[in-house]
Amino acid sequence: MNFEWIVKVITNYWPMFLRGAGMTLFISLLGTIFGFIIGLISGVIRSMPMPESGIKKAILKFVNIILSIYVEVFRGTPMIVQAMVIYYGSAQVLNINMNRLAAALLIVSINTGAYMAEIVRGGIVSIDKGQFEAAYAVGMNHIQTMTNVVLPQVIRNILPATGNEFVINIKDTSVLNVISVTELYFQTKTVAGNNFRFFEPFFVACVLYFIMTFTVTRILRFVERKLDGPENFTMIYNPMQI
Amino acid sequence: MERVLEIVHLKKSFGTHEVLKDINFNVNKGEVVCIIGPSGSGKSTLLRCINLLEKPSGGKILYKGKNILEENHDIYAYRTKLGMVFQQFNLFNNHNVLSNCTVGQIKVLKRSKKEAEEVAMKYLRVVGMEQYINAKPKQLSGGQKQRVAIARALSMEPDVMLFDEPTSALDPELVDEVLRVMKKLAQTGLTMLIVTHEMEFAKEVADRIVFMDKGIIEEEGSPEEIFNNPKKERTRDFLRRTLK
Repeated sequence: MNFEWIVKVITNYWPMFLRGAGMTLFISLLGTIFGFIIGLISGVIRSMPMPESGIKKAILKFVNIILSIYVEVFRGTPMIVQAMVIYYGSAQVLNINMNRLAAALLIVSINTGAYMAEIVRGGIVSIDKGQFEAAYAVGMNHIQTMTNVVLPQVIRNILPATGNEFVINIKDTSVLNVISVTELYFQTKTVAGNNFRFFEPFFVACVLYFIMTFTVTRILRFVERKLDGPENFTMIYNPMQI
Repeated sequence: MERVLEIVHLKKSFGTHEVLKDINFNVNKGEVVCIIGPSGSGKSTLLRCINLLEKPSGGKILYKGKNILEENHDIYAYRTKLGMVFQQFNLFNNHNVLSNCTVGQIKVLKRSKKEAEEVAMKYLRVVGMEQYINAKPKQLSGGQKQRVAIARALSMEPDVMLFDEPTSALDPELVDEVLRVMKKLAQTGLTMLIVTHEMEFAKEVADRIVFMDKGIIEEEGSPEEIFNNPKKERTRDFLRRTLK
């Protein structure tokens, strides 16, 4: 271990590390948000009650099958392989030269979406049937029931799992170095290659990864507490004013 | 008398198990009808069929003369005309007391927030929960939850209120506060259809008692007729066991 080398790596290359860390955070944050949205939409569709009529029923069944295939395929293959297939596949098969960052965002989003779809579905299943019935009883349709009653509760309940996905994404974006996205791992590899020193740059990367994941975890805990609201409520003693 | 609901040959089966066999009865405007009967007789299923939380297997449900089981009938609009109070309260856990009573008005009836809040406050006062508008459901007792649930249903200003054993999940000392509210409502001329095990209450508030057993309406009549002079053997049996 050479302490001076660590200092040297940091002083000489800190902008590269910071850019890399910024890129990692950017991709994993947007990827988690898009994945979350994909998960919510998929969850709402997959929890829809089956319509009576033939055509609507057939459409919903078809969409459900597509969604299950999507979930199974993207959960069942490694993201590093998906990155290669999507990035080089779009170039060689479809002749589309994808922007590396756009490709990275797409890959992380749909990958996270596949996991989030299952997390959201689990969250919806766990909501008491009475909540749905009460919403239907005041005349809400499925979408209104979901947006006003069910999903707010689901989102609160799946926040820890979503935080998990975010942390996993911060770490797993490192695999995107295979398509030369300039995230933290890629930058570290470059620094290491330029100096023929491997331990020190990667030690710095390690610390940076941990700082990012730890901060994110703390922030999410804070958000959870905020969403829970205050323990107590205030009584209104002169409600006539309202 | 204006008929609000007319149930004609209503049937409901779960698989091969026939829960409702040929139910026929009416609810008139301003009437308080109590449905009594042993557990498993289909009382709750009947109520849930009426607002289509369960899909009937056969028969007709006429609301103001129109069969709501016909295809293309707007069941969402129909449900706003029925206020439902559940045994398990089912308050929206993510809303506080006030917004439990306003969310349906705003999202379904498209009332403005201000109007919805005025209406909600009016009914929260009726049930005596106006001081608790900031509380979340988990901060309330069972009786308080049920009173809010009643206010939520009333806030939609329905034509008929359906009560599905509203006091069965309550601790004994909390039953009275809910029954008091319901008695108060009964006096205002509200049309109410109540499934209940509270015989004294039924005797006191009902204009008509419907006795159900094994998926059919065994007997129907005024409280005096049913409680003092039941015609059927099964009704007598049931009352003997429950009244004692």
